[in-house]
Amino acid sequence: MANKILAVLEQREGQLKKVSFEVISLAKKLSTQLSYQVEAIIIGNEISNLSELKNYFSSKVTHFKNQDLNYYSSSAYSKILSDYINENDFSLVIFPNTAMGIDLAPRVAVRTKSAVATDCIKVIYDNEQLIFTKPVYAGKALINFKLNSERKIITIRPNIFKPEKIENENLNLETKEISDLDLTTKVTGYKKSEGKLDVAEADIIVSGGRGMKGPENFHLIEELAEVLGAAVGASRAVVDAGWRPHREQVGQTGKTVSPTLYIACGISGAIQHLAGMSSSKYIVAINKDKDAPIFNIADYGITADALEILPVLIEEIKKIKS
Amino acid sequence: MKIAVCVSNVPDTATKIKIAQDRKSIDSTGVSFIINPYDEFAIEEALKTKEKFGGDSITYSLTVGDDSSKETIRKVLALGVDEAILIKPDKPLDSLGIAKALSEEIKSLGCEIVFFGKQSVDYDSGIVGQLTAELLGYNCITVVVDLKIENDKVIAEREIEGGREIVESKLPIVITAQKGLNEPRYASLKGIMAAKKKNIIEKQFQSENLLEILEMNLPPAKQPGRIIGSDVSAVPELVRLLREEAKVI
Ligand SMILES: Cc1cc2nc3c(=O)[nH]c(=O)nc-3n(C[C@H](O)[C@H](O)[C@H](O)COP(=O)(O)OP(=O)(O)OC[C@H]3O[C@@H](n4cnc5c(N)ncnc54)[C@H](O)[C@@H]3O)c2cc1C
Ligand SMILES: Nc1ncnc2c1ncn2[C@@H]1O[C@H](COP(=O)(O)O)[C@@H](O)[C@H]1O
Repeated sequence: MANKILAVLEQREGQLKKVSFEVISLAKKLSTQLSYQVEAIIIGNEISNLSELKNYFSSKVTHFKNQDLNYYSSSAYSKILSDYINENDFSLVIFPNTAMGIDLAPRVAVRTKSAVATDCIKVIYDNEQLIFTKPVYAGKALINFKLNSERKIITIRPNIFKPEKIENENLNLETKEISDLDLTTKVTGYKKSEGKLDVAEADIIVSGGRGMKGPENFHLIEELAEVLGAAVGASRAVVDAGWRPHREQVGQTGKTVSPTLYIACGISGAIQHLAGMSSSKYIVAINKDKDAPIFNIADYGITADALEILPVLIEEIKKIKS
Repeated sequence: MKIAVCVSNVPDTATKIKIAQDRKSIDSTGVSFIINPYDEFAIEEALKTKEKFGGDSITYSLTVGDDSSKETIRKVLALGVDEAILIKPDKPLDSLGIAKALSEEIKSLGCEIVFFGKQSVDYDSGIVGQLTAELLGYNCITVVVDLKIENDKVIAEREIEGGREIVESKLPIVITAQKGLNEPRYASLKGIMAAKKKNIIEKQFQSENLLEILEMNLPPAKQPGRIIGSDVSAVPELVRLLREEAKVI
């Protein structure tokens, strides 16, 4: 096995995603620690902001390009990646833990005879071996583990590994036009959700629970999210009640999130909800009940009616933003 | 049509996790186990698919686990799955080991449509479906919230960040189910009675693990912070703290 690390980058609609810089920065850091070579790969048609990569990466980036790759295709991507990994004999491959990364990593693992683990939040090189950490039971516990195979594939949780900028003039880019794609499974269309930002990708999340009293009051959550550039989240209680769509649900059977700031409004803090968001860096809780469990993990709390607090909070934030 | 659904037996989501003495697993004393929540959608879709294909279509549920999974498997049978298979490995397996066990069984049963949950809520990996599909050489669509199968053509919608992809593929296929795919039915009294009499088919399996757990820990306890106030007068102070102390806005 060659001493090489591959960072798998992600684009959507021709735009490199932020998590790509996180993958690349981790790959680079590990390559320094292990004295391995490092390179990156990206698949897609036209990608408009590829040049941004040069601020993070000076090693080789290969762009596999075909006009039929405007949309994702699990079969085509799996084949391109597996062939590239097998030909170049990478020993560590890092994907983002996104819908795409989770979909691909296990397929590529089987095709390249690798061990695979998803959702890693820490990777250390200690005593000549790589030790990974991932949350289990929706974050109620963590495991440290090794992968006992020559080639290892992992996905890393977004928003955990910090992208690190470098001084670099040029992007070392190689574009490869490819033909004979395997398009047995392919995306033929894309429906964008109404919400602007997805909770899984947001840096700030404003979440509402049953304490918001009704779907008609969620415009307050949306307005606060808007002024903060945040995503809207929800507890399962309000999703089950049909007030909010399931894609907004945070928790053990919704999305596990680690934003910088999580604002919980009228959410009690049931164990399944906490499991999904307790690794947020800062947590704010607004709840009428001073004994609500959410206060056990909140950094800052206000014990009051969220419907009264939110309009004032929105105005205060507007003031500092203007 | 032969249809399989893979069901994982997991601790109830309300469980408070305690670490076992080996420091590598959870202490399961007093923990109650349930059908993995996402697998409920997979089971429902398997039953609906059988009803749609009709004729001599048959549904199998497959679980890799030990005898303690049997209670959960009875619940699966009570929902109307025709036959249940419990594959018992010689030791707890990692995701790839589970996928190997499942793929061998699916192959020998000859199932062309296989349902999984999108993720099991114990190890939260979200990969056993895809691994199994690859080992079988089947197509695979993950995190599915809408599904149509016409003859051998499959059209699905899958949830991704900020939207849904419409995906086309063909049988044989592995589908991993996300909440929203359907409304899982409840077990009927008749189903529960019938399940008691049904036989759970048991198989043995051996495999080696590649993922080696070194240690399981509880996450560092978060210190409760402070209550800033109990009315709107607390808002300016909250904003100031977020700006100046936390530096997050
Ligand atoms: C298998 C399973 C999986 C689950 N998965 C999830 C999951 O993924 N995510 C999840 O969130 N839940 C999940 N749950 C549900 C969870 O147990 C709780 O029922 C749910 O989180 C409660 O939502 P809530 O906090 O909005 O509602 P409640 O628990 O009803 O809390 C409402 C809170 O609002 C406060 N309040 C009321 N009025 C006001 C007001 N005017 N202003 C301010 N505060 C007010 C109350 O004091 C209370 O604390 C799951 C449950 C099960 C069984
Ligand atoms: N031990 C198991 N037995 C049967 N199916 C399983 C098992 N573990 C996981 N699965 C299936 O694979 C899906 C994804 O699991 P995971 O990759 O562990 O998150 C689950 O929703 C189940 O459908």
